[in-house]
Amino acid sequence: MSTPILEISGVSKSFGAIKALTGIDFSLAPGEIHALCGENGAGKSTLMNIIAGVLQPDKGEIRIAGERTVIANPAAAQRLGIALVHQEIALCPDATVAENIFMPAINSRRAPLMNFRRLHAEAQKVMDLLAPIPVRTKVGDLSISNQQLVEIAKALTLDCRVLILDEPTAALTEPEAQRLFAIVRELRSRGISIIYISHRMAEIFSLCDRVTVFRDGRYVATDEIVSTTPDEVVRKMVGREIAQLYPDKLNEAPGRTLLKVSGLSDGERCFGVSLELRAGEILGIGGLIGSGRSEMAQTMCGLRSVAAGEVEIDGQPIRISCYADAVKAGLVYLSEDRKGSGVFLDMSIAANVSALDLGKLTGKLGLLDRRAETAQATELAKRLGVRMGGVGAAVSTLSGGNQQKVAIAKQLSVDPRVMVMDEPTRGIDVGAKAEIHRLLRELASRGVGIVVISSEMPELIGLCDRVLVVREGRVAGELAADELGEEAIIMLASGVQSNSHNARAQNVA
Amino acid sequence: MSPREAEAPIMTAQMKSESQGARWNLARLGSMREAGLIVIILALCIAMSFASPHFLTWGNFRAMLMSFSIEGIVVVGMTILLIVGGIDLSVGSVVAFSMVVSGALFLAGLDPWTASLIGIAVSALIGAVMGFFVTVVGLNHFITSLAAMVIVRGLCLIVTKGTPLSLFTLPPAFKAIGQGSFHGVPYVIIIFVVVVAVFDFLLRRATAFRKVFYTGSNEKAAQYSGIRTKQVKFWVTVLSSTLAGFAGVIYMSRFGAATPTFGAGMELNIIAAAVIGGASLNGGSGTIFGAILGMALLSVVTSSLILLDISVYWQDMIKGCILLAAVSIDHLLHRRKA
Repeated sequence: MSTPILEISGVSKSFGAIKALTGIDFSLAPGEIHALCGENGAGKSTLMNIIAGVLQPDKGEIRIAGERTVIANPAAAQRLGIALVHQEIALCPDATVAENIFMPAINSRRAPLMNFRRLHAEAQKVMDLLAPIPVRTKVGDLSISNQQLVEIAKALTLDCRVLILDEPTAALTEPEAQRLFAIVRELRSRGISIIYISHRMAEIFSLCDRVTVFRDGRYVATDEIVSTTPDEVVRKMVGREIAQLYPDKLNEAPGRTLLKVSGLSDGERCFGVSLELRAGEILGIGGLIGSGRSEMAQTMCGLRSVAAGEVEIDGQPIRISCYADAVKAGLVYLSEDRKGSGVFLDMSIAANVSALDLGKLTGKLGLLDRRAETAQATELAKRLGVRMGGVGAAVSTLSGGNQQKVAIAKQLSVDPRVMVMDEPTRGIDVGAKAEIHRLLRELASRGVGIVVISSEMPELIGLCDRVLVVREGRVAGELAADELGEEAIIMLASGVQSNSHNARAQNVA
Repeated sequence: MSPREAEAPIMTAQMKSESQGARWNLARLGSMREAGLIVIILALCIAMSFASPHFLTWGNFRAMLMSFSIEGIVVVGMTILLIVGGIDLSVGSVVAFSMVVSGALFLAGLDPWTASLIGIAVSALIGAVMGFFVTVVGLNHFITSLAAMVIVRGLCLIVTKGTPLSLFTLPPAFKAIGQGSFHGVPYVIIIFVVVVAVFDFLLRRATAFRKVFYTGSNEKAAQYSGIRTKQVKFWVTVLSSTLAGFAGVIYMSRFGAATPTFGAGMELNIIAAAVIGGASLNGGSGTIFGAILGMALLSVVTSSLILLDISVYWQDMIKGCILLAAVSIDHLLHRRKA
């Protein structure tokens, strides 16, 4: 085989104590479409950010066309002919399509004035390859899928040798995706190498030449597409021992129904969701990032407006028009974004714990009973084992795990009947994680309904008694305790088994 | 460590040990700021007492207190608004509007007390309109209050046709609010101290005001705690305008006149005082006591400059430098925290 255009060897990268990549190898041949697979958090995006100059590796080397290279920043990556199309859209919404498409080109241009007529003509030519979007439109006025196409068009204008597409079809309809595939093949025939990141096995197997699998920040294998199967790739993505110890599962039949959701839709991100939660069990909700898991939970709890559907708690239908209504009914939601919407970082632990129900701590004159507040926070912090200087300390002084315990303490302060926990252990260390798992099990066994949304397969399998898998805003399937397994979850989440159904769902989305 | 790594949601052992130390800083940061301001003010006063024999006299002290006590009432509302993450550029205009509305109603034959109540009510209404634009329409506080500042100033000129209203016929009982005193202590100062004490207490202790901190600290997290953040922002906006209206009525009593151009530029002094006193423009922090100390510092500096016979033209420049220094210190302290 000829010299790889891009060769990564032994690259490691840590964020604090978390190892995102450990001794990764990856090689990209000229003119190939190379799929990169792995679960959420396997390290794909970190590697792509290293290749695109956004992050610097701690260890290891990068060779471009055989030469050892340091990619110091995104501009350097562009000069080397590396273009990255991010999964998240990073466009200027107030600029026109044409201006966005040529942003990198304009940035490296020396002439002082812009030639708009030429800019528009050339932009339209590039844009028409993908879809006939008028290039004078402001990007902010386009739909998400059209913005994604603009993002791809932007990469096409760069005279690139390596094009990285990070889940490019996530927001596209089937015909748009097909057009994209044709273009990607056309680029390959021009000798451009493409790294194609995707969870969708059908796409990978119809489009790509080779596939590399990462797992937990490590390199697993690279295979020729013709000599492997979707099932084998999925198995390599998930095939890991469950090393962590989880609390014992429910070993008796679950009790009465605590929560019943029927036909819930928000009209945008989740559709016709129905589920039932019984006393004593922990219900898991799995699915890819962006599958609508969180939106589903938020709709249930009144944090997003409900378009249709019903929520019942303890057999009582509840009318939820805002989150305060849900809290009153005993339904609480733990946000996945701890710093952004879970805790008040610069406020005290005590103030954080009492935020959910101030009324309980308020005296006749409308004054806050600070002694009761301190007592409540002290008691809950002790129960959850929050390691802290005192309940008067700001939450920002705590470690991630302890911050999360404070967020959970806040929910427990209202004696909830059902707790919906969105990524309850994201970004916290192993010890705190195990403590939170034990706590959730203990709460469940005392009759509090627990729903856990998680991107981590081991957590879903190890902790939950039953798992619902969500795909594109709908419940794709349910796995009982004896059916639980990483492959089963991944298959449901990525729609491997029913490609035709997947394509239909895409068109709807 | 690069900034990107610092953003990672994981705390390393090193960061943990740093945060152990930071706990003490954070717990004391608020009181440190106030203590620091008191030290600076006292140091200035001592230095000035040597530089000018007139400085440490009851007369000068009273003059200084008088000069900022009415503005101090406006600072109270502004501080609470800053804590919720808002700002109000219209307070100077609202002070004048409350003054001219009350004055015009008095001249039209209403008794001054009722006229004043209507003036304050109209100010509250202006706050409600701003609150509507902020919470329902979704504009930000800066733009909304900037527009209100210009509109309300225009209303002042319309009501008075541009000329100050002379109110020398105000009854003595009403004039006493702004001009009289109780055992040598002007009523204005008493009112100021009461307003400050009440709101400082409420801000620390009342449940309703705790919601102001939650909303300003992290609006999303507040919503996720079932707090109706829009309501909170609405009422705080109304409060700020109401207090400005109240101040306007006291000014009317003090001056025996209602000037349509009064209070232009006042908002900047008031925001500066609150920020020097520790209120963050990002919301979530601030105390009334601190804001009043900020106001006192600015007032002492002004008074010193006058007694030292430094040209008035220097005043604004020096005040601006103090503001810049205070905000820089604040920023550097917060950056360490993030």
